[in-house]
Parts: sequence; structure tokens; C-alpha cells
Amino acid sequence: MANLKAIRVRLSSVKSTRQITSAMKMVAAAKLRKAQDAIVQLRPYADKLNEIQAGLSAALRDTEIENIYAERKNSRGKVLVVAVTSNKGLCGAFNANVIRDVRRLMTEKYSSQMRDGDLSFMTVGKKGNDALKRLKCHIVEDHSDLYSHLNFENVTALADRLTQLYLSKEYDTIELVYNQFRNAAIQRLTEETYLPVSAAAEVEKGTIQADYIYEPDQVAIVGELIPKTLRIQLYRALLDSFAAEHGARMTAMHQATDNATDLIRDLTLQYNKARQAAITNQLLEVVSGAEALNG
Amino acid sequence: MNIEIITPDKKIYAGDIRSVRVPGRKGSFQVLKDHAPIISTLEAGPVIIADEQGGEVRFDISGGVIEVKKNRIILLADAVIQS
Repeated sequence: MANLKAIRVRLSSVKSTRQITSAMKMVAAAKLRKAQDAIVQLRPYADKLNEIQAGLSAALRDTEIENIYAERKNSRGKVLVVAVTSNKGLCGAFNANVIRDVRRLMTEKYSSQMRDGDLSFMTVGKKGNDALKRLKCHIVEDHSDLYSHLNFENVTALADRLTQLYLSKEYDTIELVYNQFRNAAIQRLTEETYLPVSAAAEVEKGTIQADYIYEPDQVAIVGELIPKTLRIQLYRALLDSFAAEHGARMTAMHQATDNATDLIRDLTLQYNKARQAAITNQLLEVVSGAEALNG
Repeated sequence: MNIEIITPDKKIYAGDIRSVRVPGRKGSFQVLKDHAPIISTLEAGPVIIADEQGGEVRFDISGGVIEVKKNRIILLADAVIQS
């Protein structure tokens, strides 16, 4: 039978752990709510912007416009992967999933670039940065400080930086790897090509097009809208990842709290059994001692 | 006539108005009731709303897009500098 003191110490340590995990769960839940709100706020803007752009692109489909954001021919195939993780741990497999996917990109999709040293990384999130450093990857920039003030202005700066890297032919493909927020318990790992911009999504012709006056003109508007949509795309990805992080942490901490509760129940049972056994032992000693004296 | 002013961070303004003046790419213009449908990009500058009560509301935006259709105005602003 384990000794009473050891169990008591263990019990109190598990109890304080449970207190911490349940507090962290509550904090994550509150932060998740805020992060979710931010996504909801962004949605009308993003939807409207997409709608306007889709309508215009459909109208312009037949006219060949020079699109500097579209795929370049004869490119050398230099690739930049932007890995979005969190700054803090204790959120289950959240970061591990991103890292795993990045490793897969290294060994499969971009293995030849990896060999030729044409694969670079940019990280948002300390955890991803640490992991990729350990893998001896070529990290060009780290933007982990973005999370301290995650607003559109700061993300715009990063989006413009990425766009500029693409336009200056520093890189020919820019990929985003991040966790998409589905609900508090589910994150979906997403890999998407940020640049080049893929061909505009198909829209049913005539659904959106009213007889608009365009100012200055359609081509100019599209040209101006593409950088905007790129910013929004990045902002959405980061907000998604941010919400997903808190969702993942909340779930992980919930699990941890449950496990601690189970452990406490087992330990309490063990403790009581040990206590009872000790009392029985003492009684036996007293009784047999008395017997011996009477003997 | 209804207007919504939206930035990526939040909805800045929504409501019924009499007119709005916006800084269009080809010069500032005013939208009144029954304006023809228009899509225009906007420059940095003031957005001045005359609301139903005759009051005036002013926002300074750093650029954006406006869509006017059937007395419904949607103004997507990149950022509102001060309101």
C-alpha cells in the first residue's frame, strides 16, 4: 500500500494543476469569442469585395488584360512557404499539424526546390519558427510579433511585403500553411497558394452585372482590387488561425481538466483505502497488544 | 436611401441617409437618391454623410471602393482614420 503522505502530496499537486488548466480553458474560451467576432466582422467586407471583383472579372474575361499577379512563364520556381502557427504552446496538435505539413511539402511537393536551396520560409508564430529552426530551414523573416496587435493595418504591411517579394521576382510561388477555423473543436489544416493569383472563380454570368457606371474604368478597378483581396485573404487566414488556436487550446485544456478530475478521483479512492488500512493495522496492533498482556 | 460603411475590422456606419459625398478616383462626387448604379474606387479623403435628421457625419478614409445600386450604398473602406 502506497504511503499516505506520498498520495496526499500527489493529490494536492494534481488539484492545483487542474485549477490551472481549467483557468486556461476559461481564458481560451473568452479569447476564442473575441477572435470569432473578428472573423464575423470581416465577412461582410470580404464577401462584398469578392462579389464586386468576381462580377468585374467575369465581364473582363474576354478582354486580355496584363495581370502582373498571374502565373509567370519560365519561372525558376523559387518558393516561399508562410507557416502560420501560434506564439504559445499547450494547444494540442495545433502547431504540430502545421509543422508536419511543412515537412511534407519539403519532402514531396517541393523536394527539388529543397535540394537546390530554392525553398525559403517565413514564419508567423514562435512555435513554427522554433521548429523550423531546428529543422535547419532557411527562414527569411519571422513575423511572430504580429499576434500582439492582430489588426488589418499590420496584416496589410505583411501582405504588401509578400506581394512585393512576388512582384520583384524574388519568389515565384508563395504558399500559405495555416489552420482554418471550423468550430471550437475542429481545425482544418489548409494549404493555399497565395501568389500567383489563380484564375478568377467562375461566376454565373449575368447574375451580378447590373448596368454599372465604372470609375475610373473596369481594368483599373480590377487592378486596384487585386491587392485589396490579397490583403483580405491574408487577414482572413491569420484571423482563422488565431481563432483556431484558441479553439484548439480550449479543447486541449478541457481534456486536461477532465483527465485531472479522473486522476483526483482515483487518488482520493486510493488515499482513503490506504487510510483505512492504516487504521485497521493500528487497531490490530492495539488489540493484539492487549491480548498479549492478558495472556 | 441606405448606406453601409464597412472596414475589415468593423462596421463603421449603417443607416438611412439623404446624401453622401465620397472622394472618387476621378474626383469627389455626391450620391443622392436614385443615383445610377456605379462602382468606383476611392482615394484618401473625407466621406460626408447628410443623415435623415439633417445632421452631418464625417469620416476620413484612406481609400476604398463604393458600390451604389437601387438606393443601396456599400462603401468598403480600407481604414477609417478618425470619425
